[in-house]
Amino acid sequence: MSILVNKDTKIIVQGLTGKTGTFHTEQALQYYGTKMVAGVHPKKGGESWTSGVDASASLPIFTSVGEAREATGADASVIYVPPAGAGAAIIEAIDAEVPFIVCITEGIPVADMVKVKAKLEKSKSRLLGPNCPGILTPEECKIGIMPGSIFKKGSVGVVSRSGTLTYEAVFQTSNAGLGQTTAVGIGGDPVKGTEFIDVLEMFLADDETKSIIMIGEIGGSAEEEAAQFLIDEAKKGRKKPMAGFIAGRTAPPGRTMGHAGAVISGGKGGAEDKIAAMEAAGIRVSPSPAKLGETLLEVLKG
Amino acid sequence: MNIHEYQAKAVLKEFGAPVASGVAIFSADEAEAAAKSLPGPLWVVKSQIHAGGRGKGKFKELGPDAKGGVRLAFSLEEVTKHAKEMLGNTLVTAQTGDAGKVVNRLYIEDGADIERELYLSILVDRSVGRPAFVVSTEGGMDIEAVAHDTPEKIINLAIDPDTGVTEADASKLCDALELTDAAREDGMKLFPILYKAFVEKDMALLEVNPLIVMKDGHLRVLDAKVSFDGNALFRHPEIVELRDVTEEDAKEIEASKYDLAYVALDGDIGCMVNGAGLAMATMDIIKLYGAEPANFLDVGGGATKEKVTAAFKIITSDPNVKGILVNIFGGIMRCDVIAEGVLAAVKEVGLQVPLVVRLEGTNVDLGKKIISESGLNVIAADDLDDAAQKIVKAVKGGA
Repeated sequence: MSILVNKDTKIIVQGLTGKTGTFHTEQALQYYGTKMVAGVHPKKGGESWTSGVDASASLPIFTSVGEAREATGADASVIYVPPAGAGAAIIEAIDAEVPFIVCITEGIPVADMVKVKAKLEKSKSRLLGPNCPGILTPEECKIGIMPGSIFKKGSVGVVSRSGTLTYEAVFQTSNAGLGQTTAVGIGGDPVKGTEFIDVLEMFLADDETKSIIMIGEIGGSAEEEAAQFLIDEAKKGRKKPMAGFIAGRTAPPGRTMGHAGAVISGGKGGAEDKIAAMEAAGIRVSPSPAKLGETLLEVLKG
Repeated sequence: MNIHEYQAKAVLKEFGAPVASGVAIFSADEAEAAAKSLPGPLWVVKSQIHAGGRGKGKFKELGPDAKGGVRLAFSLEEVTKHAKEMLGNTLVTAQTGDAGKVVNRLYIEDGADIERELYLSILVDRSVGRPAFVVSTEGGMDIEAVAHDTPEKIINLAIDPDTGVTEADASKLCDALELTDAAREDGMKLFPILYKAFVEKDMALLEVNPLIVMKDGHLRVLDAKVSFDGNALFRHPEIVELRDVTEEDAKEIEASKYDLAYVALDGDIGCMVNGAGLAMATMDIIKLYGAEPANFLDVGGGATKEKVTAAFKIITSDPNVKGILVNIFGGIMRCDVIAEGVLAAVKEVGLQVPLVVRLEGTNVDLGKKIISESGLNVIAADDLDDAAQKIVKAVKGGA
C-alpha cells in the first residue's frame, strides 16, 4: 500500500500549457505511466496538449476544472499556475470538489492562502502544499517535481517541509536498500493544506510503511505539534520507528531562510526546541542531513 | 519588506488610526521648521532605522552617557540639538548587532501624555492559518521578555477571514487590554481599522508597541512597526516605493535582482545550494564540522547559467569568504547544466579560494566529468558529508 496516491490516481493539470507544467507533465507520464488525464486553461478549452518527448502522449484541455473532472473522473489535480493566480486556481479545484489538490507554486501571498484555508476547512478536499515538491509513490504515481530516478519501492514513509531534503532522504533510503512507500512534500509556506500530523496519521495507518523519516525546519511549531501527536498515538499502541532531521540550526533569528515559513520569530520556531520535542517523541534526530538513511538503519537495528 | 516607523504611521493614518502628527527629516537644518509645524510644547525626536530597541540604543560616536535613539525635547532649540547629535551617527540597539545602523532619517513627533502603555500586534497564526491579534497590558517593553516571564499576560485572538473583526472580537480585545470609557470606544473602532490595514496592504506583521491610553482617556498608536509579505508586493506598487535600500545588505539587494534567496552571515565558508531546506542543512553541516557559514544561498530549482554566475559573484564579493561549497541535489535539474554554470562562473570571476563541488541527481556522472576535465582547481566530493569535511579542511588547512 501507499498513501494518498497510487497507480489508479487520475490527475488533472492546472497550468499544463506553461513551460513548467509541460515539462513536469512529460516527466510524470514517463514515470510508470502516471495517469495524467487532462489540462485546464480558461481560453484553450477544446484544444489538446501533446508531450514534446512522446508524440503519442496527448491530453485534452478543458476550460474549467469542473468540466475536466466531469469528463475524466479525475480524483486529483496538480497546480503549476504562477503565484498571482495560484490561490484562485486552488479555490477553483476546491469548488469542483477535487478530492486531492497538489499545489507546487512557490510565492503565493499569505493572504491568498488564508482565504484558501478558510474555504478548504468547509470542503471535503485535501490540499498538499503550496510551495512543495509534490508526492510520489514509487513505480505507481508521481505528482509534482520530485525526480523519479532516485526512488525505490520499499517500506519507508518520507514526509518533509523541504523539497531537496526530501530527495536526500529518498536517495539515502534507496541506497540503504529500504526504499519508500510514499514520499510527501508538505511545503515550506507558513499557511498550507497538509501538516505533518495529517501525513504521520496516514503512515501509521499504512501496513506497508514500516518506518518513517520526518524532515522539518525552523519556523512555526508544526514539528512540536507532530511530536505531541506521536506521543499521544504511542500511548494507544500506535508507533513506528522514526528518524528525523531539522534544518536551520545555524539560521539567525528574524531572517527568512528561502522558504516563506522558515523564520525564527519572537523567540519561537528555533531548531533546538524542535529537535528536543522530536527526540522526546522517540524520533532519532540525525545531526547531519547526510546521515538520514544511516540513522534510520540504526533505529531499525534497535 | 520592512518600512520605517513614520511610513508605517502614514499607512495606518490612511485607514483612520489615531497617530500623532509628525514630520520626517533628513538633515538637521530641517529640524526647527518641522518642530514649528507641530503644536508643542513637547516633541519627540525618533531615529528611523529598521530595528527595534531604539530608545535604549546607544550611539557609537557619542559617549556612553549620551541619550539614546528616541529623545524628548522641550524646546525648538533642543529639537535641533538632538537632530544634530543623532543624524549621521550609528545607533546600536539590541536588534542591530554590534555594527549598529547609521541614522539617516529622524521623525519629529508631537509628544503625548501617557497614562498606560499596551501591546498590540497582528500576524498570521500559522497553526490556524488565520490573522490573529496578540495583545497585552504590558506594553512599551520587549514583548519576548513578557512572553517568557509572564505568558499569561499575552492574549491571542484569531480572526475569521470571512467575517473580519466582529463586535464580539473587538469587545474581547478591549477586555484583554482593560479598556474603559473613551479608550474602549476608541478600541472598538481601532481594532477593525488595524485589521483592515493588515489585510488590504498584505502585511506580514503589524506591531503597535506601545499602544497608549493618554491622560485624556483616548487611545493613540505611539509606535508602529510594519513589514509586508514580499510575495504580495506585486500588487502594492505604493508600498514598494517606501523601500529604503540603505537599510539592506548590498549583497542581498544584488541577489534579489536575480531572484536568489540570499542571507549574509558572519562565517567564512560561502555556500551555493539548490533548495531552501538543503541550503540551511548545508550551513548546519559546515557548523557540525567546526566551521561557520558565510551565507545562506538558495539558487532555486530552475537555476540558469546566469543565476549561478551571479550567485558566484555575490559569494566571492564577501571578503570574509575563505572557501566555497557548492552543493546541488540535481533532482530534475541536470547536473551537467549546473557543472557548466559553475565553470562559466569560475572562468568569469576567477577563483581565489578553495572550491568544493558536490553534485547528485540527474546526469551526475556527466556533471562530474565536466568538472574533472575542466583543469580547474575544483575539489570534487561524493556526498554532502564528504563535501562539508573537505571544504572545512581546505579552509582550516590554509589558515
